[in-house]
Amino acid sequence: MEEKIWAVLAEFARLPVDVSTLSVDSDLYRAGLTSHASVNVMLALEDTFDVEFPQQMLRKKTFESVAAIEEALTSLMSPASA
Amino acid sequence: MRTAISVRAGTDVTSVPDVQRAIERFGDRYLSRVFTQHELSCARGTDLVVASSLAARFAAKEATLKVLRPGPGPRDAVDWRSIEVRREEEGWCSLRLTGTARMLAQRAGVRDISVSLSHEGEVATAVVVALCGTNAQDETPTGRLASGVHGTSAGGTTENGEWERPGRGGHDKLGEG
Repeated sequence: MEEKIWAVLAEFARLPVDVSTLSVDSDLYRAGLTSHASVNVMLALEDTFDVEFPQQMLRKKTFESVAAIEEALTSLMSPASA
Repeated sequence: MRTAISVRAGTDVTSVPDVQRAIERFGDRYLSRVFTQHELSCARGTDLVVASSLAARFAAKEATLKVLRPGPGPRDAVDWRSIEVRREEEGWCSLRLTGTARMLAQRAGVRDISVSLSHEGEVATAVVVALCGTNAQDETPTGRLASGVHGTSAGGTTENGEWERPGRGGHDKLGEG
């Protein structure tokens, strides 16, 4: 999952830094992720993982790091959320 | 009874080419997740004009969030469509808040809110200013938003539980309010 998240970020986050320099806990907003780019990241994640982010996840915290994204996706893909 | 008045301001810039790319890549899914039908109906013209108009509206949504100051919890998560930029017949724009955005406005004691949009070349921008008022004794909002006053020129709560405020923003050369 983590590898796919990095691939989505590399293509859609439009960060001014190379994503390979970041860690799973790096703050993506501090790295240059804009609010609009986070929308693109969200839609690309939905395509990649066949999920849909519900309204309660539409907040900065959900996309602030690779670890946070992975946690959100894991929650969405768990049987309990189906 | 004393009323504490404060002013909140928010601003944001959005890249027009970024919006163009999002439309090209995600199409209707992007448009329908972020913008209301009214906002989409107001964005007409060439691809560049549409992207510029929508970029300004996205900036307005983000500027509004800076005014509303949502907390980190899931209850404060705001759907972009709950912040709607309304194009008034006279040409200027206003904001209509629904859902969580409206709840946050109530929590902040927003009594009045105004938006102004502009775009030039590859950049779109928006400024939102809100007048907030709370009762100094019990910290409850005292404005129209809280009292649900209807039908005045200063705006009010609609029958659908929405809150809207006629804007007074200035016009830019492309006619955005």
